[in-house]
Amino acid sequence: MTVPPGPAAERDPGLQPERTRLAWRRTTLSCTVAAVLAAKTTLQGGADTLHVVGAALCLLVWLGFLAVAHHRIRDLALHEVRPPVMTRRAAVVAVACSVALAVFAAAMVT
Amino acid sequence: MIEFVRSVRLWFAPERVREDGETPDYRFSLANERTFLAWLRTALALIGGGFAVDQFLPDLRWAWRVGLALALLAAGALCALRAVSHWVRCERAMRRGEDLPVSRFPALLSVVVALVAVAMVVVVLAGWAG
Repeated sequence: MTVPPGPAAERDPGLQPERTRLAWRRTTLSCTVAAVLAAKTTLQGGADTLHVVGAALCLLVWLGFLAVAHHRIRDLALHEVRPPVMTRRAAVVAVACSVALAVFAAAMVT
Repeated sequence: MIEFVRSVRLWFAPERVREDGETPDYRFSLANERTFLAWLRTALALIGGGFAVDQFLPDLRWAWRVGLALALLAAGALCALRAVSHWVRCERAMRRGEDLPVSRFPALLSVVVALVAVAMVVVVLAGWAG
């Protein structure tokens, strides 16, 4: 998948892998804020089983996103030269986490 | 619509795209990935906005509050789904050496966000007056 760094393969002077890593970190931060808001809104509805389970699901979604981001950040850090392309699964899981939060919110708001 | 279904199938079949065309410069792929992430952050911000409407405007009438929150949440979910679809289409276009896909989604999204913002201003002002 990746070409091992040879003498010809130099580190990208534009620091693209590093910028991409930081973009993942920013996105993780956004996801954290959204997940905290989601959990807070859920727990405000009460502390019965349903609401606690809802908050736990928010936590699970957040952990899922964290896992994808961590995996990708590590991939980018390990391959400073010619990092592999983001897998489609990573993209789909990240999007699914966002959509899940939106669905939670819609269920809570109505 | 058919195009959309086809692209959804592609999300889950990475190996089908890998054989398509040739691998572009990895920097282009990384730029595409960052664009995807920027759209995802936009989506998460919209979803956070939906929660915020629910949390910070408790005095609003139920219908308005829920309507505004749902508009923001729907925009956020749409934005996230569109982010992955756009990423896939850009990646494929780069592999095939085609032009990058154009889209009217950014314009539509900004119109929706502007409408929701104006509605919020009106509702909050009307709420204070009444």
